[in-house]
Amino acid sequence: MGERLVELEVLRYHPETDKEPRFQRYSVSCREEWVVLDALNHIKEAIDPTLSYRWSCHMAVCGSCGMMIDGEPKLACKAFLRDYQSVIRVEPLAHFPIERDLVTVIDDFMAKLARVKPYLIPKDAKTVEEGEYRQTPAELKRFKQYTLCINCMLCYAACPEYGLIPKYIGPAAIALAHRYNQDSRDGGRDQRQEEIAATEGAWDCSFVGACSEVCPEHVDPAAAIQQVKIKSMVDWYTEHLMPWLKK
Amino acid sequence: MESIRTDVAIVGAGGAGLRAAIALAETDPALSIALISKVYPMRSHTCAAEGGAAGVIKADDSLEHHFNDTVGGGDWLCDQDAVDYLVREAPKELIQLEHWGCPWNREPNGAVAVRPFGGMKKQRTWFAADKSGFHILHTLFQTSLQFSSIRRFDEYYATELLTEEGRCAGLTAIEMRSGQMRRFDARAVIIAGGGAGRMFPFTTNGAIKTGDGMALAYRAGVPLKDMEFVQYHPTGLPSTGTLLTEACRGEGGVLLNKNGRRFLQDYGMGPETPLGHPVLKTMELGPRDRVSQAFWHEQKKGNAVPTQWGDAMLLDMRHLGEKTINERLPLVRDMSISYMGVDPVTDPVPVRPVVHYMMGGIHTDIKAATLLPGLYAAGECACVSINGANRLGSNSLTELLVFGRRAALSAMEYLQSGARPAGDAALAAGAAAAQARLRELMQRSGGTETVAGVRKEMMQTMEQHAGIYRSGAGLAEACARLGELRRRYRGIELHDKTNVYNTDLLQALELGSMLDCAEAVTQSALARKESRGAHQRIDFTARDDANYLRHSLAYHHPTQAPRVDYCDVVITRSQPGVRDYSGDHE
Repeated sequence: MGERLVELEVLRYHPETDKEPRFQRYSVSCREEWVVLDALNHIKEAIDPTLSYRWSCHMAVCGSCGMMIDGEPKLACKAFLRDYQSVIRVEPLAHFPIERDLVTVIDDFMAKLARVKPYLIPKDAKTVEEGEYRQTPAELKRFKQYTLCINCMLCYAACPEYGLIPKYIGPAAIALAHRYNQDSRDGGRDQRQEEIAATEGAWDCSFVGACSEVCPEHVDPAAAIQQVKIKSMVDWYTEHLMPWLKK
Repeated sequence: MESIRTDVAIVGAGGAGLRAAIALAETDPALSIALISKVYPMRSHTCAAEGGAAGVIKADDSLEHHFNDTVGGGDWLCDQDAVDYLVREAPKELIQLEHWGCPWNREPNGAVAVRPFGGMKKQRTWFAADKSGFHILHTLFQTSLQFSSIRRFDEYYATELLTEEGRCAGLTAIEMRSGQMRRFDARAVIIAGGGAGRMFPFTTNGAIKTGDGMALAYRAGVPLKDMEFVQYHPTGLPSTGTLLTEACRGEGGVLLNKNGRRFLQDYGMGPETPLGHPVLKTMELGPRDRVSQAFWHEQKKGNAVPTQWGDAMLLDMRHLGEKTINERLPLVRDMSISYMGVDPVTDPVPVRPVVHYMMGGIHTDIKAATLLPGLYAAGECACVSINGANRLGSNSLTELLVFGRRAALSAMEYLQSGARPAGDAALAAGAAAAQARLRELMQRSGGTETVAGVRKEMMQTMEQHAGIYRSGAGLAEACARLGELRRRYRGIELHDKTNVYNTDLLQALELGSMLDCAEAVTQSALARKESRGAHQRIDFTARDDANYLRHSLAYHHPTQAPRVDYCDVVITRSQPGVRDYSGDHE
């Protein structure tokens, strides 16, 4: 069974004692099949118990362990050491304030997510006794991929617009709003559109597409954002140029 | 100390906690709700559940079938009134989730689709590909965002329950961001803190599953029930312990030993079924306890497949074809490739049994109420006794919905009965004591023990002596070592004595929870001199209904081993019988 010596350069920052972030280097003897998270766990257990980071599931579904690995946003549990050189730089997710070490402050994302109303606003409300809504596999497919967002925020760390304009609602929140807009059971698009089609919404996106590239769940937020733009254009034309089409 | 006043405090924001919060907010918008969790809600371990949630929905099925499967699957240690409540409420809860947007898989006509699952006589497992728990969690979390009365306290670690005059009146919690302790004054508390699989070194459970909710109640005097029943899921990846859902077998995957034999037929689960045509409650669709035990015997016989991570068996899904695997088991394929380097489309995947679920937990009645007035519990941390000695796959997601809601309704009934907030003096005294205990841990110096050191010994002890098969001698040894580890725990000195997001402190507190739970497991297992469901004793190999058709109750003691007592099982109409997984006999 192969072992390999890896140097991890980990960003450390402690608001109680540090004026600014610094890097600390750890030499870790790693098993070949390890991911970066395994190496961090080894450091925490055997070398330096003061290192702080978030993690839980180790199967890329809880979304806790997003961080910059050699400058790219990744889930540490899905970043295989075999894909890296012998020195690996590990930093907290870009574009978020650092709370401590690799732990970021994610209040901004949490607030934005709530703003886009990411819940079903039923078109025709139904009681439980009336049974389930019918939804064909084709109707499910129209929004299914956007349900796969694990809220890991890698897309925010990758998005150049979010880096420049912190007010931008951002990829994951827009994709989740779009997810409900596309759901055959939903009738809440108008309410969500106020948030996601406004300035700070989809129109801030310059379509770089980095969000979709880094998504560990293969959601395509860039496509959602473009679809929101198209729909909001149609809305605008309908309202201003063809008002008779509006009921 | 800053205090927060609320009608109901919920500890844990996974499936059960969120379901409870929504039920409270929907039923009475005037109630104030504090939803307290050591992680953000979407990080909760409900997200890792894969296969689905059981609820009778199809015409060929009945509540009676679901009841019988569950009670027999639990080796008759289930409380049958609780199981009745579960199966009756299950379809309503799953439809409710559908109304909230859960992306359940569908049949061509638009109806909800179901899939076969182990130990279930009919197809009744609702699913969203192989990310059912993830979708349930996110649907609940996103739905909860519309209720302004749910005030979230994300990344707050609950340390102690506060009581006054024999009733629960709130809790203390550490805000991770500041390291400051907060006092929650609550008229009722619901614990939904999840399981404790991290007591073991090889588990499907995420890092957060450290039994904190169980320990909170246990230390406040509420017994932990049936803790000896620890579920091994038969199919985890040997490298990481990552779960490959039972739906792999539900869809038709088969288990092979090193000779290519479908060995379950040699353990009372035959006759062998044709490849690609799984038969319910037979062979690979047997219950988890039996399948995991069969692997143990194969290993003893030298029939296991050796891997660099130890002995394994093979899960063969090749005959399902790429299309079915991609549509129904995409996560399984992704994880097998990522973490094992094996593509299930082209090769069988090595798997082995892995610690997955605690059947036991905080003793509650059928209304999710504990013996401490004002305290309720639901989800994996609770033991309402629908799982008995062995849980059937896909009953736990249903359980956290049904009893999460039930806990909320019970808490509301309790509030309506006139429960007043506790007096400030009692709460302040309790909180000050909690603060002093925390300060003592933070400031301790000259300690000789480390969190990592004690934790490792605990895990080794559990793996060695509290696994699939147990012996009296081994369990006695484990009890002695855990008692010693609990003593040594009091000599741990933290490396990190700062305030902000101190995970050294967090892990020390989590270790304290796990040690308490672990001792309850081994002491209850030592006392149960029979074999039933997931608790198998090599020195008492038969089920003993005369002496042990009873629930164990472990009572906490601060410095000594827990006292183990018993209470009766509720039997309404199904008398203990033989668990038969050898084909359809009707």
